Amino acid sequence: MSGLHEASAAEIRRRVAGREVSCEEVTRAHLERIASVDPALGAFLVTAPERALARARALDQALAAGAEPPALAGVPVAIKDVLHVEGLPTTCGSRILEDYRPLFTATAVARLEAAGAVVLGKTNMDEFAMGSSTEHSAYQPTRNPWDPGRVPGGSSGGSAAAVAARLAPIALGSDTGGSIRQPAALCGVVGLKPTYGRVSRYGLVAFASSLDQVGPFARTVEDAALVVSAVCGHDPADATSAATPVPRFEDGLERDICGLRIGVPRRFLAQGVEAETMARFEEALAALQAAGAVLAEVELPSLPHAVATYYLVATAEASSNLARYDGVRYGLRAGDPTDLAGLYGMTRDRGFGPEVKRRIILGTFALSAGYYDAYYLRAQRVRTLIRRDFQQAFAGCDAVATPTTPRPAFRFGEKTADPLQMYLEDIFTVPANLAGLPGLSLPCGLAEGLPVGLQLLGRPFEEETLLRLGAAYQRATGHHLLAPPP
Amino acid sequence: MTRVDASTVEHVARLARLSLSAQERELFARQLEEILAWAESLQVLDVSEVPPMAHPLAPEWREDAPRQGLPRDRALEAAPDAAEGLFRVPRVIGG
Repeated sequence: MSGLHEASAAEIRRRVAGREVSCEEVTRAHLERIASVDPALGAFLVTAPERALARARALDQALAAGAEPPALAGVPVAIKDVLHVEGLPTTCGSRILEDYRPLFTATAVARLEAAGAVVLGKTNMDEFAMGSSTEHSAYQPTRNPWDPGRVPGGSSGGSAAAVAARLAPIALGSDTGGSIRQPAALCGVVGLKPTYGRVSRYGLVAFASSLDQVGPFARTVEDAALVVSAVCGHDPADATSAATPVPRFEDGLERDICGLRIGVPRRFLAQGVEAETMARFEEALAALQAAGAVLAEVELPSLPHAVATYYLVATAEASSNLARYDGVRYGLRAGDPTDLAGLYGMTRDRGFGPEVKRRIILGTFALSAGYYDAYYLRAQRVRTLIRRDFQQAFAGCDAVATPTTPRPAFRFGEKTADPLQMYLEDIFTVPANLAGLPGLSLPCGLAEGLPVGLQLLGRPFEEETLLRLGAAYQRATGHHLLAPPP
Repeated sequence: MTRVDASTVEHVARLARLSLSAQERELFARQLEEILAWAESLQVLDVSEVPPMAHPLAPEWREDAPRQGLPRDRALEAAPDAAEGLFRVPRVIGG
């Protein structure tokens, strides 16, 4: 059946539940789409057609036997290769995990599968989620579906490109400093980073444990809501997953947004947003205002320090987390070392790419004797200031709006030679991770013919407000209906 | 302003158990110095009275009860080198 790859998750579920189409037909349509489009795009590192079709047929049989169709019945999903799916490899975009097969499935993926979703495969990413372009993948580039000469963003570039190019209606990614929201913006899709603690990190390969959070990509706010309703909630296997009750996020989307207050940090935005991106942002604010929201100016005085704070905290945590790749228990073992120190050094030299090594060096430096107080501890104190800024802002507004990125997607190779320039692209996304807040990126039109995003940040555990604003925005505008050239 | 040279990077690389080439040491020294110079902006803030934030959530502890872990044969499945139910590594002490 043609056109199935254009359908939203909600529509697929409705048609599967109405027995208009089988889960197997939906899965086949997406696998065929991947086979024809992905060789030039590079969104997937691996696809799992047999596993997906077996899963789809099992769902069809259950439905034929009278089972109630679950919330994501027959909906295909792409999984960033940072989350474990038993039976499939997890590489994390790294040579050090080239042949690694996990022993279990991540909680977020298991919950999606329990809700009837069908895993199509694993998507490309910057190595260990370190990057803003997916250029740091050890395996392949992923192209931006809007312009093959440009990056899709990162680190979840494969998941964002897959949803934008209609290879899957929904995908999972992870967001440590913007790795869901930034590629979502650059590929023209919806991306949501839930509140820290909303989604279990069990089975998510750790990068920076106080910042990492799993979340969805989708083409509509409704689909993003369906995914978070399925994956959120307490998990005994993750001590940092919160016991906060999880609403049915899709139920509140029709409510109007009259009287909701949106804070705009004008002073913070004055630094370095390109003109066309800023124009799309202003139009988005006007559309929200026309739909009933109230705009207010807010001050977030510590935010200019967020990128420096982030790159000290995140690399320090990463240097500790990545100590586990030692060539002993799993993953690559390189060379023929004569002693244990040689085994560690050779394995890690051969297995890690340059960006990962750079961040391990920076993080180890920030934690080392003589520098700990001046760098790591100081960054943790500034992190408190950033959180306080948001607490004060949210006393007077329900959401804070910024562009997701300062400009649309850049070209391959444009920023790889200068890591600092790459890091500075994260200025609007890292504050939410430092403060533990939810953040939603919505397509808000084109700048220079390329998609850009509107970012809405909310109070902890108030994703509902962001999704309600996002749904109202998508009812009022058509930016999310724009598709990349075929 | 913190000076970073190749010997600083060599020291940090040893702490991180990374073998780097001379070329990588030079490159990372230059880049690390640039990144730290830009992070100097944090040094101007007065944070003496501000507590550090390690994590967004207050810790919640579970009961420290024994549980079944990964069975030994499964834990060894992905090992690059295993023998007699153990991970095998090169000589650790002496030479």
